[in-house]
Amino acid sequence: MLSHLKEAGVLDAAAGIDATGPLRPLAIAKLDRRMFLAGAGVGLAALAAPAHAFEPWKTGGSDMPNGLVSDPLVFVTIDPDGTVTIVAHRSEMGTGVKTSLPMVLADEMGADWERVRIVQAPGDEPRYGNQNTDGSRSMRHHIQTMREMGASLRLMLAEAAAERWGVGAGAVSVGVHEVREAMGGQTLGFGDLAEAALARPVPAREALSFKDESEFRYIGREVVRIADLRGITDGSAVYGADIRLPGMKYAVIARPPVAGGKVASLNAEAALAAPGVERVETLEGGALPAGFGPLGGVAVIASSTWAALDARDLLEIAWEAGPHGGYDSGAYRAMMEEMAARDAAIVRDRGDWPAAKAAAARVVSATYHQAHMAHASMEPPAAVADVRADRAEIWAPSQSPYDARKDVAKALGMEIDQVTLHVTLLGGGFGRKSKGDFVTEAALLSQRVGAPVLVQWTREDDIRHDYLHTTSVERLEAAVDGEGRVTGWLHRSVAPTILSTFAPNPEAALPIELGMGLVDTPFATPALRCESAVPPAHARIGWWRAVSNVPHAFAIQSFTHELATELGRDHRAVLLELIGPDRVIDPKAEGMPDDLWNYGEPYDGFPIDAGRLKHVLNVAADAIGWGSETPEGEGLGLAVHRSFVSYVAAAVRVKIDGGQVRVPEVHMAVDCGFAANPERIRSQMEGAAVMGMTATLHSAVTYRDGAAEQSNFNDYQMVRATNFPEKVTTHIVDHPFSVKATGVGEPGVPPVPPAICNAIFAATGKRFRSLPIGEYIDV
Amino acid sequence: MARITVNGEAREIDAPEATPLLWALRDTLGLTGSKYGCGVGLCGACTVHVDGRAERSCMLRLGDVEGATVTTIEGLHPQGDHPVQAAWRELSVPQCGFCQAGQIMQAASLLEENPNPTDEEIASAMDGNICRCGCYERIVAAVRLAATGS
Repeated sequence: MLSHLKEAGVLDAAAGIDATGPLRPLAIAKLDRRMFLAGAGVGLAALAAPAHAFEPWKTGGSDMPNGLVSDPLVFVTIDPDGTVTIVAHRSEMGTGVKTSLPMVLADEMGADWERVRIVQAPGDEPRYGNQNTDGSRSMRHHIQTMREMGASLRLMLAEAAAERWGVGAGAVSVGVHEVREAMGGQTLGFGDLAEAALARPVPAREALSFKDESEFRYIGREVVRIADLRGITDGSAVYGADIRLPGMKYAVIARPPVAGGKVASLNAEAALAAPGVERVETLEGGALPAGFGPLGGVAVIASSTWAALDARDLLEIAWEAGPHGGYDSGAYRAMMEEMAARDAAIVRDRGDWPAAKAAAARVVSATYHQAHMAHASMEPPAAVADVRADRAEIWAPSQSPYDARKDVAKALGMEIDQVTLHVTLLGGGFGRKSKGDFVTEAALLSQRVGAPVLVQWTREDDIRHDYLHTTSVERLEAAVDGEGRVTGWLHRSVAPTILSTFAPNPEAALPIELGMGLVDTPFATPALRCESAVPPAHARIGWWRAVSNVPHAFAIQSFTHELATELGRDHRAVLLELIGPDRVIDPKAEGMPDDLWNYGEPYDGFPIDAGRLKHVLNVAADAIGWGSETPEGEGLGLAVHRSFVSYVAAAVRVKIDGGQVRVPEVHMAVDCGFAANPERIRSQMEGAAVMGMTATLHSAVTYRDGAAEQSNFNDYQMVRATNFPEKVTTHIVDHPFSVKATGVGEPGVPPVPPAICNAIFAATGKRFRSLPIGEYIDV
Repeated sequence: MARITVNGEAREIDAPEATPLLWALRDTLGLTGSKYGCGVGLCGACTVHVDGRAERSCMLRLGDVEGATVTTIEGLHPQGDHPVQAAWRELSVPQCGFCQAGQIMQAASLLEENPNPTDEEIASAMDGNICRCGCYERIVAAVRLAATGS
């Protein structure tokens, strides 16, 4: 019964990862057992004719590499004992996707979650469809295929039962993990029917009936626990560095301090003489544009991680800095500010900004800045490779395992079919682990050593040599007429581009960067101009949770507050007025570029809806008691932003306590369409509040003489348990299934830093325009 | 050769005395539940109990723990059902989960020393354990739940 999964390598992968623990049933929250019993009788979905069909809608999923797969035989198998095994093909980095997508399938299928087992797919997009777990896309792209596969299997089980009983398909119904014959009352379990059901042809979509939303037992119900909860809490969950293979070696790598630096001279004698050290190997790589290739450096390969770490300090290396040895964050910021003071390339133009500015009674302006940030996932990059002459097996915490597998095959000089890539749990990702540099390093070292190798990045490696969040300067200007109306809006964004990681000397930002909160600004001012300038990059620039939305939203949402203050008006009122009337924004009529990214989604299906944006703002503002008096030293702040086709507003209460910025209360209002797993939506919003607070107070990687000045959690600090957003309440806008589900991994972050800074202003009258601001402020 | 008791079992660890306990646990004994997050005692992901007290295993060398009793997340409870572990599951605390073994070991140690801590005492005890995903609110609530049952 498991053969088709075995062929695909899924079960082998699972065995490799789950070897430390027996198969355990997935836990379900206690409080819902009553509901299951009560609901059991209504969980019978009619089969006679397609019912409750949901009209499929197009998403960007079909345009992603290798698209969408909806073959239930690829994703599901059923054992004779009734165990339903569901493949999770997206990577689990903390969003809950490994649980939420299989949960959708299981619910539609009628499976009992306690008898569901989840296995993680290896990197194999031709088989599973796109696996690039990024861009808050998983739920948005895959919720429909999960339901379709579930409905297909439910029908196949019903047909198998009908055939067994010699009755028409209309005479059976599917309950919880069993099929029932309506008249005679006979039942057969899913396990009893497994072989016959899975041998049946997969039905056409038109033949499927779908559950009514009232029949959902897991979807939207908050009863399903995350898949690895027990393993995470008992220590048996397996992350990138937790694979142990016979004869495995451990490697750490000394890195060039400057991006693209090279070894000028190396004396490895002392390191090679250290206990446990077996080899020292120089790895090429890291020159800009670096792509996802190995960062490179000098690798010490030893019998334990510690032996390698200890010996790495004994390497005598003289580095040649190369062309980026002059990177200096202070000078770079000054250069960006100069660029922001001049005209730049116009990337969106509506109305007549110069005329609006010339005719203005007053022009309000401000310039904002954000430093580079490192992802600093708690798990630093680590991967294991076992490369043989004719094949390679890799274990990696990869957000994009098929891309990593392709990179590994290329680096090893192998065909992709010779490489297997198992996906472990990711100890955080945030965009860092989309990049397979560390995976290829493990593969190359294993190939050279002729033994399995675990490459461990240290925390210092991670912070000094990340694929950084860009650094930026944002210039905003607003033209205001004699009546206090905003007649024109200018936003000029200056930032090194992600494209510089892939191509030399890019001259323009990518449409995806411009489309993240710049050219899609949903304001109804008569004139609106966006400009962009791109200074050269001197480090690897990557994508960091919510990407360009973070600096764009920080600038825009801070500036709207500054504008309101200048005009002596209420921030919420000014924001609502800027967004304008409830409407679906017509991008052409409003001067948005033809290549408006819209997060890869068809605009008609996922348009910018001003009404939804205003609604989340009002929900968050009302929840915090916007407009109410605050005690001395406290202030309220608001911000709202659409990103990844979701709408999120943050309303925060800040308290300044002895100069320390504290955040006792946060309300996150999120409209992500249909909410499949509200419990994990809440956890993402709670996490976004924390990560947003860390970004506001602490996150800066700065450069001097080409090298990063930060290295570990002493100088790249995190929000901790004594000062974090103490009470985060998430308000999820309720929608039926027909309101297309979107994602929540990223869009919670952008509104948080401006909401905090706006609240600080409300509390103190002090405006912060450069992130990070520090945990203690002068008041 | 260091002799320590790990999760109730006497072990002889064939590694240099200067080896941090974390790497001896992970690489020599194969106990990978304790995580490497920073290597310098700043994040708490490697937290274990040494003679009943929470310690950063990256900061202790084998020579420091000769003869000591060490408990890792794998040995906190025979079935993984210590009240702190149960509370973590009840409140669905984890996101990525990587820091949680260290968080749980820290919390279990706190409750051993102070069975009914105030919120301030909980925050203060947990301050050395970073969670990048941002589960702090649930972490504090889970410690409270483990302590009081509510």
